[in-house]
Amino acid sequence: MSRSAHTGITLGGKGETHHANAEQDLFGFWVFLMSDAVIFALLFATYGAMLGGTAGGPTPRDLYELKPTLIETALLLISSFTWAMASVSLKYGDTRTRVLGWMGATLILGLVFLSMETHDFATMFAKGAYPARSGFLSAFFALVPLHGLHVLAGCVWIIVMGVQVIMMGLDDRTKTNMLRLGLFWHFLDIVWIAIFSTVYLQGLAP
Amino acid sequence: MSDRAREIWRYVAGLFLAAASTAGAFAAVRWPTLLGPRTFAFICGLGLLQAIAQFRFFLHVGIKRSARDDLLLLLFSSIIIALMAGGTLVLMANLRNRMM
Repeated sequence: MSRSAHTGITLGGKGETHHANAEQDLFGFWVFLMSDAVIFALLFATYGAMLGGTAGGPTPRDLYELKPTLIETALLLISSFTWAMASVSLKYGDTRTRVLGWMGATLILGLVFLSMETHDFATMFAKGAYPARSGFLSAFFALVPLHGLHVLAGCVWIIVMGVQVIMMGLDDRTKTNMLRLGLFWHFLDIVWIAIFSTVYLQGLAP
Repeated sequence: MSDRAREIWRYVAGLFLAAASTAGAFAAVRWPTLLGPRTFAFICGLGLLQAIAQFRFFLHVGIKRSARDDLLLLLFSSIIIALMAGGTLVLMANLRNRMM
Protein backbone atom coordinates (compact mmCIF):
# COMPACT_ATOMS: atom_id res chain seq x y z
CA MET A 1 0.00 0.00 0.00
CA SER A 2 1.21 3.47 -0.74
CA ARG A 3 2.02 5.76 2.14
CA SER A 4 0.26 8.89 1.02
CA ALA A 5 -3.30 9.63 1.96
CA HIS A 6 -5.96 7.76 0.11
CA THR A 7 -8.58 9.29 -2.11
CA GLY A 8 -11.09 11.11 0.03
CA ILE A 9 -9.11 10.07 3.07
CA THR A 10 -7.96 12.75 5.43
CA LEU A 11 -5.95 10.77 7.92
CA GLY A 12 -2.70 11.16 6.02
CA GLY A 13 0.67 11.82 7.56
CA LYS A 14 -0.45 11.88 11.16
CA GLY A 15 1.07 8.60 12.21
CA GLU A 16 -2.02 6.46 11.88
CA THR A 17 -1.15 2.81 11.54
CA HIS A 18 -4.30 1.51 9.95
CA HIS A 19 -3.93 2.96 6.48
CA ALA A 20 -4.10 -0.33 4.65
CA ASN A 21 -7.43 -1.23 6.23
CA ALA A 22 -8.86 2.25 5.77
CA GLU A 23 -8.01 2.15 2.07
CA GLN A 24 -9.78 -1.15 1.56
CA ASP A 25 -12.82 -0.09 3.58
CA LEU A 26 -13.10 3.14 1.64
CA PHE A 27 -12.67 1.42 -1.70
CA GLY A 28 -15.64 -0.79 -0.82
CA PHE A 29 -17.65 2.32 -0.07
CA TRP A 30 -16.63 3.80 -3.43
CA VAL A 31 -18.00 0.66 -5.11
CA PHE A 32 -21.31 1.18 -3.26
CA LEU A 33 -21.40 4.85 -4.34
CA MET A 34 -20.79 3.94 -7.97
CA SER A 35 -23.59 1.35 -7.92
CA ASP A 36 -25.81 4.05 -6.45
CA ALA A 37 -24.68 6.34 -9.28
CA VAL A 38 -25.84 3.73 -11.80
CA ILE A 39 -29.31 3.72 -10.21
CA PHE A 40 -29.46 7.51 -10.45
CA ALA A 41 -28.17 7.47 -14.04
CA LEU A 42 -30.91 5.10 -15.14
CA LEU A 43 -33.56 7.22 -13.42
CA PHE A 44 -32.11 10.22 -15.32
CA ALA A 45 -32.44 8.23 -18.54
CA THR A 46 -36.05 7.34 -17.65
CA TYR A 47 -36.75 11.00 -16.94
CA GLY A 48 -35.25 11.99 -20.31
CA ALA A 49 -37.33 9.39 -22.14
CA MET A 50 -40.50 10.44 -20.30
CA LEU A 51 -39.98 14.18 -20.67
CA GLY A 52 -42.39 14.48 -23.57
CA GLY A 53 -45.10 12.41 -21.83
CA THR A 54 -47.01 15.14 -20.03
CA ALA A 55 -50.43 13.67 -20.99
CA GLY A 56 -51.94 17.15 -21.28
CA GLY A 57 -50.97 17.90 -17.69
CA PRO A 58 -48.48 20.45 -16.31
CA THR A 59 -45.19 20.78 -18.17
CA PRO A 60 -41.74 21.39 -16.66
CA ARG A 61 -42.02 25.09 -17.53
CA ASP A 62 -45.25 25.37 -15.48
CA LEU A 63 -43.76 23.71 -12.43
CA TYR A 64 -40.08 24.53 -12.01
CA GLU A 65 -38.87 27.73 -10.40
CA LEU A 66 -35.41 29.16 -10.75
CA LYS A 67 -34.98 30.88 -7.39
CA PRO A 68 -35.69 27.99 -4.97
CA THR A 69 -33.53 25.71 -7.13
CA LEU A 70 -30.65 28.18 -6.94
CA ILE A 71 -30.97 28.48 -3.15
CA GLU A 72 -31.11 24.68 -2.76
CA THR A 73 -28.02 24.34 -4.94
CA ALA A 74 -26.17 26.90 -2.82
CA LEU A 75 -27.22 25.12 0.41
CA LEU A 76 -25.87 21.76 -0.75
CA LEU A 77 -22.66 23.27 -2.11
CA ILE A 78 -21.94 25.14 1.13
CA SER A 79 -22.78 22.02 3.16
CA SER A 80 -20.19 20.11 1.11
CA PHE A 81 -17.68 22.80 2.04
CA THR A 82 -18.56 22.78 5.76
CA TRP A 83 -18.12 19.00 5.75
CA ALA A 84 -14.71 19.48 4.12
CA MET A 85 -13.85 21.82 7.01
CA ALA A 86 -15.02 19.17 9.48
CA SER A 87 -12.64 16.68 7.88
CA VAL A 88 -9.76 19.19 8.01
CA SER A 89 -10.49 19.71 11.72
CA LEU A 90 -10.54 15.95 12.18
CA LYS A 91 -7.27 15.44 10.34
CA TYR A 92 -5.31 18.10 12.19
CA GLY A 93 -6.50 17.02 15.61
CA ASP A 94 -8.71 19.96 16.51
CA THR A 95 -10.91 19.76 19.58
CA ARG A 96 -13.99 17.61 19.45
CA THR A 97 -16.19 20.69 19.79
CA ARG A 98 -14.72 22.17 16.61
CA VAL A 99 -15.37 18.98 14.62
CA LEU A 100 -18.88 18.72 16.02
CA GLY A 101 -19.51 22.37 15.16
CA TRP A 102 -18.71 21.86 11.46
CA MET A 103 -20.79 18.65 11.47
CA GLY A 104 -23.68 20.58 13.03
CA ALA A 105 -23.41 23.30 10.37
CA THR A 106 -23.54 20.64 7.65
CA LEU A 107 -26.55 19.00 9.29
CA ILE A 108 -28.45 22.30 9.50
CA LEU A 109 -27.76 23.11 5.83
CA GLY A 110 -28.93 19.61 4.87
CA LEU A 111 -32.14 20.00 6.88
CA VAL A 112 -32.88 23.43 5.39
CA PHE A 113 -32.35 21.92 1.94
CA LEU A 114 -34.82 19.15 2.76
CA SER A 115 -37.46 21.51 4.07
CA MET A 116 -37.16 23.70 0.95
CA GLU A 117 -37.43 20.66 -1.30
CA THR A 118 -40.49 19.40 0.57
CA HIS A 119 -42.03 22.84 0.15
CA ASP A 120 -41.31 22.66 -3.62
CA PHE A 121 -43.03 19.29 -3.86
CA ALA A 122 -46.03 20.57 -1.89
CA THR A 123 -46.32 23.52 -4.30
CA MET A 124 -46.21 21.09 -7.22
CA PHE A 125 -48.93 18.92 -5.66
CA ALA A 126 -51.06 22.03 -5.17
CA LYS A 127 -50.75 22.71 -8.90
CA GLY A 128 -52.11 19.21 -9.62
CA ALA A 129 -48.68 17.78 -10.37
CA TYR A 130 -48.67 14.46 -8.50
CA PRO A 131 -46.77 11.32 -9.55
CA ALA A 132 -49.77 9.54 -11.14
CA ARG A 133 -50.68 12.55 -13.30
CA SER A 134 -48.35 11.76 -16.23
CA GLY A 135 -45.30 9.78 -17.28
CA PHE A 136 -43.18 12.89 -16.94
CA LEU A 137 -44.29 13.42 -13.33
CA SER A 138 -43.84 9.74 -12.42
CA ALA A 139 -40.27 9.93 -13.67
CA PHE A 140 -39.70 13.25 -11.87
CA PHE A 141 -40.98 11.92 -8.55
CA ALA A 142 -38.91 8.76 -8.91
CA LEU A 143 -35.71 10.72 -9.46
CA VAL A 144 -35.70 13.92 -7.39
CA PRO A 145 -37.24 12.63 -4.12
CA LEU A 146 -34.84 9.66 -4.27
CA HIS A 147 -32.02 12.19 -3.98
CA GLY A 148 -33.96 13.85 -1.16
CA LEU A 149 -34.20 10.50 0.64
CA HIS A 150 -30.44 10.12 0.28
CA VAL A 151 -29.95 13.55 1.85
CA LEU A 152 -32.31 12.54 4.66
CA ALA A 153 -30.29 9.36 5.20
CA GLY A 154 -27.16 11.52 5.20
CA CYS A 155 -28.66 13.79 7.89
CA VAL A 156 -29.59 10.83 10.09
CA TRP A 157 -26.07 9.50 9.56
CA ILE A 158 -24.54 12.84 10.64
CA ILE A 159 -26.59 12.68 13.86
CA VAL A 160 -25.53 9.09 14.51
CA MET A 161 -21.93 10.06 13.73
CA GLY A 162 -22.16 12.98 16.15
CA VAL A 163 -23.37 10.67 18.92
CA GLN A 164 -20.51 8.30 18.10
CA VAL A 165 -17.97 11.15 18.31
CA ILE A 166 -19.38 12.23 21.68
CA MET A 167 -19.58 8.72 23.14
CA MET A 168 -16.44 7.13 21.70
CA GLY A 169 -14.21 10.09 20.93
CA LEU A 170 -12.15 10.57 17.80
CA ASP A 171 -10.59 7.12 17.59
CA ASP A 172 -9.56 5.39 14.37
CA ARG A 173 -12.88 3.67 13.83
CA THR A 174 -14.84 6.89 14.23
CA LYS A 175 -12.45 8.59 11.81
CA THR A 176 -12.92 5.94 9.12
CA ASN A 177 -16.68 6.25 9.51
CA MET A 178 -16.39 10.02 9.18
CA LEU A 179 -14.49 9.53 5.93
CA ARG A 180 -17.23 7.29 4.54
CA LEU A 181 -19.88 9.79 5.49
CA GLY A 182 -17.82 12.51 3.79
CA LEU A 183 -17.65 10.52 0.55
CA PHE A 184 -21.41 9.99 0.73
CA TRP A 185 -22.16 13.66 1.36
CA HIS A 186 -19.90 14.96 -1.45
CA PHE A 187 -21.36 12.33 -3.78
CA LEU A 188 -24.89 13.61 -3.08
CA ASP A 189 -23.80 17.10 -4.08
CA ILE A 190 -22.50 15.72 -7.38
CA VAL A 191 -25.82 13.95 -8.03
CA TRP A 192 -27.55 17.27 -7.31
CA ILE A 193 -25.40 18.96 -10.03
CA ALA A 194 -26.89 16.49 -12.51
CA ILE A 195 -30.41 17.13 -11.14
CA PHE A 196 -30.33 20.93 -11.32
CA SER A 197 -28.65 20.86 -14.75
CA THR A 198 -30.67 18.23 -16.56
CA VAL A 199 -33.99 18.46 -14.71
CA TYR A 200 -34.61 22.01 -13.46
CA LEU A 201 -32.47 24.14 -15.78
CA GLN A 202 -33.22 21.99 -18.82
CA GLY A 203 -36.94 22.39 -18.12
CA LEU A 204 -36.61 26.17 -17.92
CA ALA A 205 -34.07 26.67 -20.73
CA PRO A 206 -35.31 28.19 -24.00
CA MET B 1 2.22 27.71 3.89
CA SER B 2 1.34 24.97 6.35
CA ASP B 3 -0.24 21.72 5.19
CA ARG B 4 -3.44 22.71 6.86
CA ALA B 5 -3.67 26.08 5.12
CA ARG B 6 -2.84 24.48 1.79
CA GLU B 7 -5.62 21.93 2.27
CA ILE B 8 -8.16 24.58 3.19
CA TRP B 9 -7.19 26.60 0.11
CA ARG B 10 -7.80 23.54 -2.06
CA TYR B 11 -11.32 23.31 -0.68
CA VAL B 12 -11.86 27.05 -1.16
CA ALA B 13 -10.70 26.69 -4.78
CA GLY B 14 -13.17 23.82 -5.26
CA LEU B 15 -15.95 25.86 -3.71
CA PHE B 16 -15.13 28.83 -5.94
CA LEU B 17 -15.08 26.72 -9.14
CA ALA B 18 -18.37 25.05 -8.21
CA ALA B 19 -20.03 28.37 -7.33
CA ALA B 20 -18.81 30.00 -10.54
CA SER B 21 -20.11 27.22 -12.80
CA THR B 22 -23.43 27.14 -10.91
CA ALA B 23 -23.79 30.90 -11.34
CA GLY B 24 -22.98 30.63 -15.05
CA ALA B 25 -25.58 27.92 -15.64
CA PHE B 26 -28.33 29.75 -13.74
CA ALA B 27 -27.48 33.06 -15.44
CA ALA B 28 -27.83 31.43 -18.87
CA VAL B 29 -31.37 30.35 -17.95
CA ARG B 30 -32.28 33.58 -16.19
CA TRP B 31 -31.35 35.63 -19.30
CA PRO B 32 -32.37 33.24 -22.08
CA THR B 33 -31.51 35.59 -24.93
CA LEU B 34 -27.80 35.31 -24.17
CA LEU B 35 -27.33 31.88 -25.69
CA GLY B 36 -30.72 30.99 -27.13
CA PRO B 37 -30.96 27.38 -28.31
CA ARG B 38 -27.41 26.64 -27.22
CA THR B 39 -28.32 27.22 -23.54
CA PHE B 40 -28.80 23.53 -22.65
CA ALA B 41 -25.45 22.51 -24.18
CA PHE B 42 -23.83 25.30 -22.15
CA ILE B 43 -25.52 24.09 -18.93
CA CYS B 44 -24.39 20.50 -19.54
CA GLY B 45 -20.83 21.67 -20.19
CA LEU B 46 -20.73 23.65 -16.94
CA GLY B 47 -22.36 20.76 -15.03
CA LEU B 48 -19.65 18.39 -16.25
CA LEU B 49 -16.96 20.92 -15.34
CA GLN B 50 -18.41 21.32 -11.86
CA ALA B 51 -18.68 17.54 -11.32
CA ILE B 52 -15.03 17.12 -12.31
CA ALA B 53 -14.01 20.02 -10.04
CA GLN B 54 -15.87 18.45 -7.09
CA PHE B 55 -14.34 15.02 -7.70
CA ARG B 56 -10.92 16.67 -7.91
CA PHE B 57 -11.09 19.10 -5.00
CA PHE B 58 -13.61 17.59 -2.58
CA LEU B 59 -13.17 13.86 -3.20
CA HIS B 60 -9.43 14.01 -3.97
CA VAL B 61 -9.68 11.84 -7.06
CA GLY B 62 -6.56 12.20 -9.15
CA ILE B 63 -3.75 10.37 -10.87
CA LYS B 64 -1.63 9.98 -7.74
CA ARG B 65 -0.73 6.34 -7.06
CA SER B 66 -2.94 6.11 -4.00
CA ALA B 67 -5.95 7.53 -5.83
CA ARG B 68 -5.58 5.53 -9.01
CA ASP B 69 -7.84 2.61 -8.03
CA ASP B 70 -10.65 5.04 -7.35
CA LEU B 71 -10.01 6.90 -10.59
CA LEU B 72 -10.21 3.64 -12.56
CA LEU B 73 -13.41 2.63 -10.76
CA LEU B 74 -14.86 6.05 -11.50
CA LEU B 75 -13.93 5.91 -15.20
CA PHE B 76 -15.30 2.36 -15.52
CA SER B 77 -18.57 3.41 -13.85
CA SER B 78 -18.74 6.40 -16.19
CA ILE B 79 -18.49 4.10 -19.22
CA ILE B 80 -21.22 1.81 -17.83
CA ILE B 81 -23.42 4.82 -17.09
CA ALA B 82 -22.81 6.41 -20.51
CA LEU B 83 -23.65 3.13 -22.25
CA MET B 84 -26.79 2.37 -20.25
CA ALA B 85 -28.22 5.88 -19.88
CA GLY B 86 -27.11 7.06 -23.34
CA GLY B 87 -28.35 3.82 -24.94
CA THR B 88 -31.74 4.16 -23.22
CA LEU B 89 -32.12 7.75 -24.42
CA VAL B 90 -31.12 6.99 -28.04
CA LEU B 91 -33.41 3.96 -28.14
CA MET B 92 -36.44 5.69 -26.68
CA ALA B 93 -35.98 8.81 -28.83
CA ASN B 94 -35.73 6.63 -31.91
CA LEU B 95 -38.84 4.71 -30.87
CA ARG B 96 -40.73 7.95 -30.32
CA ASN B 97 -39.75 9.26 -33.77
CA ARG B 98 -40.93 6.08 -35.47
CA MET B 99 -44.20 5.91 -33.53
CA MET B 100 -45.17 9.53 -34.17
